Order: sequence, then structure tokens, then C-alpha cells
Amino acid sequence: MKRTVPLLITFAVGLILIVAMFIPHDPFFDMDRNFSIFYDVIAVFAFILGGGNLLRVHLNKVYQRRRDWKYSIVTVTGFFLMLLAGLMKLGVQSTVQNGVTVGHWAGDFQGAGSLFKYLYDCTFQPLQSTMFSLLAFFVASASYRAFRAKTIEASILLVAAFVILIRPTPLGYYLTFWLPGPLKFLTVSNLSTWILAVPNMVGQRAIMIGIALGIVSTSLRLILGIERGYLGGD
Amino acid sequence: MVTMRIMRRLGRIGTLLALLAVLALPASIRADEAPLPPSDFRAADSPSDHGGSIDLKWQRSPDDGAGRNLVTAYEISRSTSSEGEYAQVARPLKGVVTYTDKGLTDGTKYYYRIAAVSAGGQSEPASAGPAVSSQQWFNQKRANLLVVACILIAAIVYYIYLGARGRELYIRRIAGLEAVDEAVGRATEMGRPVLFIPGIQDMDNVQTVAGITILGEIAKMTAQYETKLEVPVSRSIVMSTGRETVRQAYLEAGRPDLYSDDMVHYITDEQFGYVAAVDGIMVRERPAACFYLGAFFAESLILAETGSSIGAIQVAGTAMPTQIPFFVAACDYTLIGEELFAASAYLSKDKKMLGSIKGQDAGKAVAMVFIVVGVVLVTIAAVSGNHAIGRVGEWIRNLFALKM
Repeated sequence: MKRTVPLLITFAVGLILIVAMFIPHDPFFDMDRNFSIFYDVIAVFAFILGGGNLLRVHLNKVYQRRRDWKYSIVTVTGFFLMLLAGLMKLGVQSTVQNGVTVGHWAGDFQGAGSLFKYLYDCTFQPLQSTMFSLLAFFVASASYRAFRAKTIEASILLVAAFVILIRPTPLGYYLTFWLPGPLKFLTVSNLSTWILAVPNMVGQRAIMIGIALGIVSTSLRLILGIERGYLGGD
Repeated sequence: MVTMRIMRRLGRIGTLLALLAVLALPASIRADEAPLPPSDFRAADSPSDHGGSIDLKWQRSPDDGAGRNLVTAYEISRSTSSEGEYAQVARPLKGVVTYTDKGLTDGTKYYYRIAAVSAGGQSEPASAGPAVSSQQWFNQKRANLLVVACILIAAIVYYIYLGARGRELYIRRIAGLEAVDEAVGRATEMGRPVLFIPGIQDMDNVQTVAGITILGEIAKMTAQYETKLEVPVSRSIVMSTGRETVRQAYLEAGRPDLYSDDMVHYITDEQFGYVAAVDGIMVRERPAACFYLGAFFAESLILAETGSSIGAIQVAGTAMPTQIPFFVAACDYTLIGEELFAASAYLSKDKKMLGSIKGQDAGKAVAMVFIVVGVVLVTIAAVSGNHAIGRVGEWIRNLFALKM
């Protein structure tokens, strides 16, 4: 029963949404968007589930003094600090809008003076940017490994990457600008455009066609109830 | 007195000269005349839509871009009765011959008028209507998609049927999936955990569903080998689904005693917060095998490079074309696009599931035939200048084009 009902729901909803794709008449019109909204509503309630799990895992870690338990204190403290700052609207000032005084509780939790906004802008954002900036170093290390000319394929990749990378630089221009008319197609700019528009595009499209077919196949397996591993046990 | 007489005469001569000058002007720059009206003005319900709109078409005024070349725009007005008061609804520029009037009430009769406008005035209006907007029961613009979808679905269902009847179906070897067993085995030998990342999207993304299904197969292996499995997730619903999947896998493997809810745990919805936490887990617990199977964005390379730095064997799979190169560069094995969706069937060896992959391959074969035929036709048309062949090539291209 625990599996049959979700399978029936999946089958019915899947079928209706496929049909809705071709019917612009009510009640089928915009049905996919409406179902996404239903999903978002459910997902909002699931936040409580996620938050609860986060607390349980980290409080257990602190209670049992497991390895690196001190980091868990930082996580739990950060969680409650942001939650309280947002819910209690700490620091939010009373303002006058259209001649009416908007009190602290009616104010925007991200408004001027808000502790939540302060913590977000001055703590969370810089940390997030730091993590993102790590990408630059990882791109360098991954490129070094990928572009080592050990095989013919890696050598082609290296040459293609070199052409693409130097194109926007002055070197890209000065390296080949002197080529005579019949050889102009070999300039860095033209080669780069060709690499992006032909070999790169061909590969991208092949992958995209495969992905589209894979999605259709997986969706059919889900709708027909052949693929049911995600449903768990009976 | 003499001065006044001279002034009056000069005034008369001036008027006469001005009149002569106007008559001498070429017809094209006499913009004070009204242009001829547009013709064949028609109003009809817009096809294949959700109602509320009417399509208007007309033939250009003879003075639009030709003739006296007076027209600067067209003025379209609308009324709910033929004799009623018309209100302007649009003023398309000269040269335009269609307009879609939107925001209408379905079932109401609408009458339209159109007049050509010049600097000197307006033409007599042309009338059309009544036209009534309504919702349609079939989107004809997507008829091509329906045909393609039906062929593809029929192929997949046919091969699923063959699989269900026990027919042996050949599926090519996928190196990344062959390596799953090796990776879990290695983690077992080293006494280190297996880390599984199902992407950072929610369960409404089919890549996450594919990732979670593969998680079930990997969890069966970790249960059999008694290896620790760690699944940090970034969505609450993925956590619930992941737990159910892992619990069932441990049950099927006969080791429900090894299952714990903490195996699948929530971290945060925030992309880089999640990455920081997963990187921390990697560096602290040093998993011997890392699986990244699902939808990934900028975090893909950060995760894969951290995994590489701790010496883990890494298997990645995603259908995000922009992230595939990063995984290829940083991981030992990468499932490219469709291989991610084939993975659960491949690992489970279920014949019906394998049949669906075979059907997918049949769809791919059809696509390849159309691509080759289309390329040949367009090339021949370009070389020979034969428009008929070019139109056939264009028809094939449109057959696969998605129109909204």
C-alpha cells in the first residue's frame, strides 16, 4: 500500500502533465507551473524536517563529544542566531510610510538596521564568496592535469584550450594578425570562433540529444512504475 | 498710402508664388493628403492558445512603401458592436501587416477597424469582425512534438515489453558503472567511508531522481560489504527520499541492523554553505570513494578537486553540459549525460529497465538518421541551389523544433 498509492499518483500526474503539454484549454493550461507551486508549498514544510535533522545530528555530536564536536557548536549557534535575528526582527527600526508609522514587528526583516541583514551581508556573503573564489585555484589545478599532453586527445585539448584562452588577450591578436589574406582563416580569432561554433557545438548538441532521450526514458520508467527505487520499502 | 498699396501687391504676389510652389512640388512630398486604406482586413481567433486573443491581418495600403509613400503607421481600433464607439488599441508602424490583440474576454464579439495614417490625416477605415476569442483543445504548434514523442514512447514501451518477456538485450559496457563495485570494494579494504552526493537540486529534478535511484544500488553494496555510507544532502525532501531508499537497500541486502538515519543527513540549501560542509567532511573523514551523481553547478569542480586531493576514487555523473568537462578533468570516471539516466537500470540488471535503455537507443538511431538525411539535403540544396530540396531539409529541422 505504501508503494501502490505513490505509484498510482505518479502514473496519473505524469500522464496528465504529458497531455497538458498539448492542450492549452483549462484546466490543463499552465498545469505544470501549478504543480511546481504545489511542490514548493510542500518543500517549505520540509524545511522544518531539514532544520530538525541538522540540529539532531550536531547536538548529538556535541553531547557525545565526537571528533570535531566544537565545530558543531558553531553550526548550532549560527543556526539559532540567524533564526532569532530573522524571526524576532532584531534591530529593525520603526519607520513612517505614507504618514503611517510602521512598527518594529511590521517592518521588513531585511530592512535598514536589521541584525539579520547585517549578519547576512557581513558574515554569510563573504564566506560564500570565499568558497566561490576557491574555484579559480581548482580550475588551475584541474586544467594542469587535464591539459598534460600525454595522449593525442589531451594534446588536441591543450591546443584548443590555448587558442580559446589567448583569444581575448593582446597576444591573441599580435600572434597572427600578420597572416596574409589566404591564410586569414588561421588567425587566433577565426580559429577560436570555429572551435566554439563547430567541434564544441557538435559535442554539446550530441550530449543534449542524449540527455533529452535519457530524460524521456527515465520519466517513462517512473510513470510506468518500473523504476521505483526512490520510493523506499513497502 | 503708396507704401500700403505696394505692401498689398507684394502680399498678393507672395500668395501667388506660394501656390505655384506647392503645385510644382513632386507628389511624393505632398504629405498633407490622406493615404489610401489598407485592404483585405481580417480578424480571427488566435489558434492554439489559451484564449483571450484575436489575430488581425491586412494587406498594406497602396501608399505604404509604394505609390505616394505617405503612410507612417496604421491605427487599429476595437468595439464590441459594429456601430458602437471604437477605441484605439494599437498603432503599428508602416510595413506591418499583422497584429495580435490580447487581453480579451472569451465569448465576446469584437469588431475592428484599421486606417492608414499619414502626416496629413487618415484613410477611410477598413472593417473586420465580429471575431470571438476562445480556448483551444489542441496546440497545433506542438503537433510535430507529439509525433516525435509518440514514436519515442512507442519504441521505449516496445523494448520494455521485450525485456519483460525475457528477451536478452545487449547494453554496451559503461566503464564508470563498472567502477562502482571497485570503488566500494576499495573503501571496504581501506576501512574508510563511501561518500555519495546526489547533487544540489530537489526531487522535482529528474537528475536527482536518477541519483537517488543509483544511491539505492550503491547502498546495497555498502550493506553487503559493511562499509560506512555517508550521504550529505542539500534539500529536505531529498533527505527523506534518500533515507527511504537507503533503508530499503539495507533491508534487501539483509543488513537492516547496519542502517541508521544519520547516514543521510541534511546540511543546508545554500550552495556554497553545502560545499563548505561537504569539503569539511571529505578532509576530516577522508572517504575512499566519492560519488557525485545528480544535478551540479559551480560546486562540481570544488567538490571533485577536494576529492582528488584526498586520493579518493571518484565517479561522477551529471546531465549539466557545462559541468561535465569539470568532472571529466577531476574524476576517475564520468557518466556523461544519458549515462546517468541509464545507470540505475545498468546496475540493477532488471530486464524491463534495460529494455527502456534499448528503446532510448532506438530513439537515438532515429535522431541520427534524421540528422544525416537533413545534413545531406541541406548540403545538396546549398551546392545546387535547388529550393525544393532546401525546403525538405527545413521541414526536417522544423519537425524537431519546439514551438511555444
